Amino acid sequence: MAKLKAPIGPADHAAGDEQAAVTMVEYGDYECPHCRHAHPIVQSLQERFGKQLRFVYRNFPLTQIHPHAEMAAEAAEFEGSKGHFWEMHDAIFENQARLDRATLEELASDLGDPADELKTSLKNHEFLPKVKEDFMGGVRSGVNGTPTFFLNGERFDGMAEDLGEGIEELLGSHRRRA
Amino acid sequence: MSQILSAGTIAPDFTLAVTPDQKLSLRDLRGRPVVLVFYPADWSPVCGDQVALYNEILPEFQKYKAEILGISVDGVWCHAAFGQSRNLHFPLLADFEPKGAVARKYGVYRENDGITERALFVIDEEGVIAWSYVSPIAVNPGADDILEALENLKKGKASHGEVESAHRAS
Repeated sequence: MAKLKAPIGPADHAAGDEQAAVTMVEYGDYECPHCRHAHPIVQSLQERFGKQLRFVYRNFPLTQIHPHAEMAAEAAEFEGSKGHFWEMHDAIFENQARLDRATLEELASDLGDPADELKTSLKNHEFLPKVKEDFMGGVRSGVNGTPTFFLNGERFDGMAEDLGEGIEELLGSHRRRA
Repeated sequence: MSQILSAGTIAPDFTLAVTPDQKLSLRDLRGRPVVLVFYPADWSPVCGDQVALYNEILPEFQKYKAEILGISVDGVWCHAAFGQSRNLHFPLLADFEPKGAVARKYGVYRENDGITERALFVIDEEGVIAWSYVSPIAVNPGADDILEALENLKKGKASHGEVESAHRAS
């Protein structure tokens, strides 16, 4: 069973309680239709499990099949530096069908951040090292496509629809231990 | 059920079509590590699939000067279309006629299904299998174990070099 080798750290985007019983890590690609499909499922899990679930998103753009994925990941990281990571993350998935530079700039403006600044950041690949670091951490952890999820450090090989069940199981054993 | 060839076995040589008018032999790659990826079929319906992943991390394989080869029972034209659609930058070999002959030699042919296992081999510079693995057919094995095997090869070579120089010194 593949294990998460890159520990969760301050550079990560994490939503939810740090003390949560279950941490779910997703390696995703903003241009991947399966990740788009998983996005509302993840949101509903966050709602359903509340404080018991922490969610971490890491970038895994497959640039050879998704020409806009890396740029989108860099744009999300740019917004992260402005404190708007999750807003941008949601907005990109919701606009996946028209993902390109103009859309990313528009989404940044909607969040109140100057499109010009994003343009410069993308041009200089300011956040590419962060994206690559996510990617390589994923490769070393046995990420085998997108999306790949880890529940408490173990790769989850089921469908996104089955994540709730996997989380329930972990919560069950957590309760038994407590 | 045949057994997958294990570490320490000499990798059986083969010559297979890589494009409609080009062939490739394993022995031509002697002197470099080779990653041999047997996979069931082109056009699997997932997007982040196995070959797309390996394609994405080619630079990592290149750090070890390793050559990566995909093999399935699909024909050359099928491979050509698949490679083009996924923008692949490594060769796909057609184990097409006689069907699955190379997969059989490596012990990774599924007689009942007429396809190969999802199997990985890392072959060293001298043509000896250094590591092999069969994944459950539905599970994409990822790349972490391949990179680890390549890393071990490199380390093994380094320590072997040390032993040799120690011999010379004595």
